[in-house]
Amino acid sequence: MEGLSVADANLVMYLHPSKSRNVSQSILRELGSLLFKFNETFDGVLLAYDVNILDKQAKILSGVHPYFGLRLKANLLLFSPKPDMLLEGKVVKLSQESIHVIVLGFSSAIITAENIRGEFKYRTKDKEELFASKSHKRHVIKVGTMIRFLVKSFDEEILHIIGSLISAHTGSIRWLDRHLEEDSEFDRSFSKLKSFI
Amino acid sequence: MGLELPKYPEMEEDQVFNFTDSEIVSHVKQALASVLSGDNNSYNQLVGVMHHSKHLAPDEVALLETTLKALAGAVSSIDITHHDSLLSAIFCMSMWNYGPHVADALAELIVSLAISNGKYLDLCLGMLVSNFTPPPYFLDKLKMPHGLERKGQVLSRVHAAFKKIADYVPLAPLRLLTIVLQGMPTIYHKDRAIVIYVENMLKLESGEIGELVGSTILMAVVDRLIELDVEIGWDAILQDDFSKGIFEMELEDVDDIEESAEPDVGEFRLSRKSLAGNSIAELLDNLLVLTFEHLESCEREGRLAKVFETLLQSFRVTVLSAYKSKFAQFVMFYACALDPENCGMRFATMLADLFVQDSQPQPTRMSAVSYLASYLSRAKFLAASSISSMLKRLVDWCLEYCEAHDGDINPNAHRVFYSGCQAIMYVLCFRMKVFVDVPRLKSELLIPLEQVLKHKLNPLKVCLPSVVEEFLRQAKAASLFTVCKTFIFDGLLESELSRAFGGLERLDTFFPFDPCLLKKCDSFIRPMFVFWSMVKPTYDDAFDDDDDDDGSSDDDLVQDFVTENEDIMNDEFGKSFDEQGVDMDEFDYALKKMSITPKATSNYKFGGRFQEPARMPSRIRPSTSPESL
Repeated sequence: MEGLSVADANLVMYLHPSKSRNVSQSILRELGSLLFKFNETFDGVLLAYDVNILDKQAKILSGVHPYFGLRLKANLLLFSPKPDMLLEGKVVKLSQESIHVIVLGFSSAIITAENIRGEFKYRTKDKEELFASKSHKRHVIKVGTMIRFLVKSFDEEILHIIGSLISAHTGSIRWLDRHLEEDSEFDRSFSKLKSFI
Repeated sequence: MGLELPKYPEMEEDQVFNFTDSEIVSHVKQALASVLSGDNNSYNQLVGVMHHSKHLAPDEVALLETTLKALAGAVSSIDITHHDSLLSAIFCMSMWNYGPHVADALAELIVSLAISNGKYLDLCLGMLVSNFTPPPYFLDKLKMPHGLERKGQVLSRVHAAFKKIADYVPLAPLRLLTIVLQGMPTIYHKDRAIVIYVENMLKLESGEIGELVGSTILMAVVDRLIELDVEIGWDAILQDDFSKGIFEMELEDVDDIEESAEPDVGEFRLSRKSLAGNSIAELLDNLLVLTFEHLESCEREGRLAKVFETLLQSFRVTVLSAYKSKFAQFVMFYACALDPENCGMRFATMLADLFVQDSQPQPTRMSAVSYLASYLSRAKFLAASSISSMLKRLVDWCLEYCEAHDGDINPNAHRVFYSGCQAIMYVLCFRMKVFVDVPRLKSELLIPLEQVLKHKLNPLKVCLPSVVEEFLRQAKAASLFTVCKTFIFDGLLESELSRAFGGLERLDTFFPFDPCLLKKCDSFIRPMFVFWSMVKPTYDDAFDDDDDDDGSSDDDLVQDFVTENEDIMNDEFGKSFDEQGVDMDEFDYALKKMSITPKATSNYKFGGRFQEPARMPSRIRPSTSPESL
């Protein structure tokens, strides 16, 4: 899946003097408050962090409140979906008008009917709503399916993605992977042969 | 599926048509799309249907329901700029105005809108939150069965909608939290909307998204309680005629007064009466009751321990630091009562921990020990062992302090110490009988205590005289230690020294768990509360044998003090002694008018000056002398 990255960051964190008693807790709290929010500096949504204090000494800023600046080194897991990236998520709601997906358990995505390629037709089978491919019978999308879709736009405030299933690489992941497998079957049998020699 | 419509405004024909759902949806989509090309007719009609809300005929209701359902299917065609009139019409709708079917359709529309586009999420959540409170005309109907039914119907749909949105948009609860907190009605709202709003907040806490939003919501509720609490001035509760009065009527006695035929029983009735008209007090009362009921349901669901942690933190941050909170702390009391072993002890331990920590500021430590003292005395549900372990902690700390500080009496320098000593004495006034009966406790607790009390720092002189006097009286009756003959207070409530250690905040007269003056709250708290009249002081035993000779032993006791200490009377207490004379006269008068005889002590049977023992200050009033305020 695209859009996930790990970054090394050198940070300077400014803490209020009242926090000086328990610095590590304050650092964790500050970083914790950034979680699951889009951050301009990081250019992405912070998902996880691992932090180390570089220097036990911190510079005190002059001013009304003498904040002190701590130098930290952090490992950050960032999520920054950009248009035309392929993302994967689980379908949680399906209707004729739209497919609702949740990515990485926290980001919601919607694919509206006009962004679903004509190959998929909306059907109701045994009271279950689904999108089935006209050309490939096994290719079915219903609630619970993991799908791969293309990012059209990303709302940084609500972390809401608008996606599309127009491109051919998109659809149910299970089907797509198997489909790709068929192409590479020849390669695998060839490497099997090689191992015998 | 087919749907029969009696009349659809856009149709020119008079015939009745059957439309499938998808046909209606596509019709609506067309209406929405036509706005972009400038043709607003069908769109305007749509908006018109939304606005029509009052006195709907059945076919209009059906039309509204159909339109809402169709819109839910067409959310992807709604544009935030071009269809803003439609959107604002939708967001202004109140579920309270409609029956269950329309409410369902509206909820479905809101959920669909919320999950379709990030831009609508906040607006949709805001709309649902505004449905926490009914429109103004409905507020009066809330008490009636029809109103209650509608309330249940609306609120269940609102909270179900939150859950659905949270299922599809995992971060929605976070945004909901912000919106809920921002939308809290202020305490100055005349329409009492805050009560039903808080009810909704607590419902959120116990609901399915409770894990995510619960603790912040609880803290916000406690904040609001304190806000209301501080709005009620101390003068609304207490009246100042007897600034140095020594007797306080506890509330249960006040009720007795009302039952008896006495018309003007005196100013003591005012305290609850003056609060009765106070609308803020009523509001606080209702909110506290809501909170109590919520705690009960938490306990039933087995969540109380977790909720208690949040409450504890909230108490620490908000209630403890508020200046002399009056009633909000009863939330803690009730929570502890529901789970004495766990929560009850946790609360006491936290307070004791705060007290012994040198790093805490003085007012916090003194406040904490005042809470602890009042709590240990008043909590009926606490086991004797818990109380004794807490007391032991306090005594040990005081003893250590004594050994570390070799100075003389100095109220200002040793404020924390004196408040600790006073706390111990106060608790023992209520619970001494318990300790007297257990010899081990006697030796563990009372021997170090004796050392503390006899130290140069002289807490007996500095602490609140009424507390000290009662304590000494009981201690003598129980033969705990040798009678200290050097103290005579003559029923003084407070002294200069006690005021000195109490400081500006008057933490020497702070007994936070004194009987709750809020009526409805009180009925919850009463079964687990120790009233002073329920306490059997140790000197009571002494009187059991002399029924005919009631006053004598009491007299002797007091006379002893008087004869041996006349000289003392003149220096420190000289000033107040004069004032006291006046007070005592007024007091006699007031007392004679009262017809109450509380069950326990026989002391009250006689009027007369020295025969009135310094009664335990069950509800101390702050001194009205200027320097203390």
